[in-house]
Amino acid sequence: MKIRNSDNAGEKIELQMTPMIDIVFQLLVFFIMTFKIVSMEGDFNIRMPAAAPQAAPPEQMEFPPMKLYLSADANGTLTGIQLNESQPTSFQALNQEIQKLVGTDSGPGARETAEIEIGFDYDLRYEFVIGAVTAVSGTKTTSGDVVKLIEKIRFNTPENPNAGE
Amino acid sequence: MRLAKKHDSSILEGDLTPMIDMTFQLIAFFMVLINFTQSESNDKVQLPDSELAKPPETVLENYRIIHLAEDGTAVMGTKEEYYKGMRTALDLQYRQIQFSGEQPADTTIVIRAHKNAKGGMVQELIQICQEAGFESFALRAEENVNNGFKYISPVPGG
Repeated sequence: MKIRNSDNAGEKIELQMTPMIDIVFQLLVFFIMTFKIVSMEGDFNIRMPAAAPQAAPPEQMEFPPMKLYLSADANGTLTGIQLNESQPTSFQALNQEIQKLVGTDSGPGARETAEIEIGFDYDLRYEFVIGAVTAVSGTKTTSGDVVKLIEKIRFNTPENPNAGE
Repeated sequence: MRLAKKHDSSILEGDLTPMIDMTFQLIAFFMVLINFTQSESNDKVQLPDSELAKPPETVLENYRIIHLAEDGTAVMGTKEEYYKGMRTALDLQYRQIQFSGEQPADTTIVIRAHKNAKGGMVQELIQICQEAGFESFALRAEENVNNGFKYISPVPGG
């Protein structure tokens, strides 16, 4: 078979760059516009059966459940923290109290068996609840490692002040 | 001063290769970083932040997500209503989980509540889930990029 020689064999073929650059820039703009920096999210696990049978009376338990109560004003702002008999003045102080109670000096297994029941005023903003959960569930060392404190966290029964309305 | 005129009539062709190189790299960068987990989020919910909120090491296998907005609107899947009316949707989920041969008690209810939502609403929502038969919950929070406790003493000077 004879191959026909093209008359244009010696000419330089020039690619049309304009449509490609058009599309490429449109893609780029699309990705820039839809790009959203999202913070990482994490969970605090809580196991709360509807009617949890208690393993033993509190007085026989090595670490009876601690009670934490958070008070709020009408705007939902935190006004007070009550941990058993003490009143920490901030979540940092609460964290230090928890460390004293279930820290390394409390013996092996203290952190695994320790339990806390958290109660709070109905209007308290959820961010403060998470703040308290953070303070009791662990602490971050200067090197960035997380030291776990109390793993068994439960909420008390809610009391809605507007329930009767 | 007289400027000398250039008489070069040939077409100037810029080298487009570096620009196209960079543009493709930028596109690749944005494509890699685009977040495909947005389906788990909800526009009405702005999560509280916590320094301990880290992505879990193991991925949850069985879970249902409930979004709770500041005004008490709860969203689970396509269902959206006031959180007190979620019982029907939860009962339906419970039956679906049972039908698929899984244990509802092992299914985690992930609660994504708005940071300004009332804590009592979250408590009540958990109670409604408990009444429907669920017992494992996860409170979702956003990672706090600043180290240390964000808050804020309730007592002045504390």
